[in-house]
Amino acid sequence: MAMEMEVKDIPQKKETTQFLTIVQAVNDGMKTLLETDDTVMILGEDIGKNGGVFRATEGLQEKFGADRVIDTPLAEAGIIGTSVGLAVNGFKPIAEIQFLGFIYPAYEQIMTHVSRIRMRTMGHFSVPMVIRAPYGAGIRSPEIHSDSTETLFTHMPGIKVVCPSTPYDAKGLLIAAMEDPDPVLMLEPMKSYRAKREEVPTGKYTVEIGKGKKVKEGTDVTLIAWGAMMTVVEKAAEQAEKKGISCEIIDLRTLYPIDREIIAESVQKTGRAVIVHEAQLTGGLGNDIVSIINDTSFLYLRAPIERVTGFDVPVPFFALEEDFLPTPARVVEGIEKVVHF
Amino acid sequence: MNTQYPIKRIIDDEGNLIDASYQDQLNEQLVKDLYYHMHRIRTFDRKAISLQRQGRLGTYAPFEGQEASQVGSALALNADDWMFPTYRDHGAKLTFGADMMKTYLYWNGRVEGCVPPEGKKIFPPAVPIATQLPHAAGAAWAEKRKGTKNAAIAYFGDGATSEGDFHEGLNFASVFQVPVVFFNQNNRYAISVPIEKQMNSETIAQKAVAYGIPGVRIDGNDCFSVYFEVKKALEHARNGNGPTLLEAVTWRTGAHTTADDPTKYRPEDQGKGIVEPLLRMERFMKNNGYWDEAWLAEIDEKIKAEVEAAVEAMESYPKANVEDLFDHVYANMPLELADQKESYLAHLRRG
Repeated sequence: MAMEMEVKDIPQKKETTQFLTIVQAVNDGMKTLLETDDTVMILGEDIGKNGGVFRATEGLQEKFGADRVIDTPLAEAGIIGTSVGLAVNGFKPIAEIQFLGFIYPAYEQIMTHVSRIRMRTMGHFSVPMVIRAPYGAGIRSPEIHSDSTETLFTHMPGIKVVCPSTPYDAKGLLIAAMEDPDPVLMLEPMKSYRAKREEVPTGKYTVEIGKGKKVKEGTDVTLIAWGAMMTVVEKAAEQAEKKGISCEIIDLRTLYPIDREIIAESVQKTGRAVIVHEAQLTGGLGNDIVSIINDTSFLYLRAPIERVTGFDVPVPFFALEEDFLPTPARVVEGIEKVVHF
Repeated sequence: MNTQYPIKRIIDDEGNLIDASYQDQLNEQLVKDLYYHMHRIRTFDRKAISLQRQGRLGTYAPFEGQEASQVGSALALNADDWMFPTYRDHGAKLTFGADMMKTYLYWNGRVEGCVPPEGKKIFPPAVPIATQLPHAAGAAWAEKRKGTKNAAIAYFGDGATSEGDFHEGLNFASVFQVPVVFFNQNNRYAISVPIEKQMNSETIAQKAVAYGIPGVRIDGNDCFSVYFEVKKALEHARNGNGPTLLEAVTWRTGAHTTADDPTKYRPEDQGKGIVEPLLRMERFMKNNGYWDEAWLAEIDEKIKAEVEAAVEAMESYPKANVEDLFDHVYANMPLELADQKESYLAHLRRG
């Protein structure tokens, strides 16, 4: 048998970085994809000349042309439906839905076609595409702009769902999503779009889909969150530390498929868990995480698992949105509840 | 609108040529091809109903009466074009090159029935209504960006024109001027709801005005008219002139599906005066000396043998593989799903 030589990649040049916000990192991710793959196209409302309502696509149409960065008619089902046709016919669409709260006209296209084409044709047709949608409350948007309905999509077989909370992860997950052979929905926390900057490598890199990240080591309780709730959880952890409680924090990053190992490993160490999400409690992703802990770590638990979430009400008009959203104070209460059980 | 969108016909109910400009094009080869395929898909369709009645096939959606629309449109396509059918368009699919055994498999609840032959761009049948129109626009858009001369055809019924995706599909196609033909078969009923209750417009073709694209109304039981109008619309598309909306006015002779009873909602005498497409073509052939009993007997025997062989192959096809339940949802199976699969297979092994 012939020995195979292992060829290592030799870096072409020293990697450089830029100091970017999440929305700038998303923009840089799309720019990188457009530069490196001629089949990538971006479709959406107001994304071309206007550069997107959040400026996520700023400058891209100018650089890559109106046939690759496309201002579409105002029609979500049309955007996703035509993306299906483009994707089965050799292109890689990145479809922007202006706000997650406006995705519902396209729900049938996503549920019945985007997520099912591979299964219905035993892999003969597939739709490698990315759907991007800003989500979440807390920026005093007009009503209906602030939904966080990730579980409508994590419940949907055939699609993956990611939700970055940092600029580095935003770009890395976006590129991984586009390279994934299956459709991926990327939820972008609009509240965190410009909240912080960090060093983001130029050029191509990926963050693996399906892998969470331990943001902070701790020993007494595991806090699990994603997206815009990471800031809330980090503040809560600081406050809890002052009370002598050591918190471990996990940023889930991918909402389907969930990284069970990182959850199990942490909860088996701390014996306690608080799950935080801004979506409504009933049918929320927290319940799936509770189930994962139940399946993997039941005998390690020292207290029932706590969920700190939005309430079972529609996301309210913004005058009351801070009451709807989990706050550091509510999370601290949850932490104290499990620690003092 | 009826006067602005007259129904285009090449032959009348008696099989007389009424548009002499087509005289030279209606040669024996074409005439026999069209008749052959209509006879073939009708034989397939009747067999399917019979199999369903015997419990050898699942619920089935028949298309009898619409053979001219399905064959004429499918034969107008080039081999490299895209087809986006609905669940009633397996006649068009078969004519375009779908596998007959697999088409029966589809109606027997088998996912294998959605897999087209290698190289054939046939999308799985649209089951929700009108969702395939944006898909066809997207696939056509891709052909335009690739710079090919390929086009796409989307099939849909009269009820589909009430759906939002009808509008979004036509609007996108027209805004981006993509090479697609929207081929409507107006069989006048969406299950039980007649066209008059579906819309307050006199025709479907007139809706094209709203998109700034050509709209043409065709006699959907005149296979020649369907064939030549679809060809024209495809040429228009291939030449970079964008989409066309075609309305083929036809009649569904039978039920919506084998689970449906049309006597509940259709007056018994409705449709009685409509000359079904094969008879019409037969009359034309007789009028023009193309009718040949020996030829008919020969193709009938050949088609019956093909259908019987397809049914036999369908019935002796290997049983559904339980692993297929899990294996085609993602390219790379997520751990969670892999565990579910493993656990279920272990359950089965335990008996």
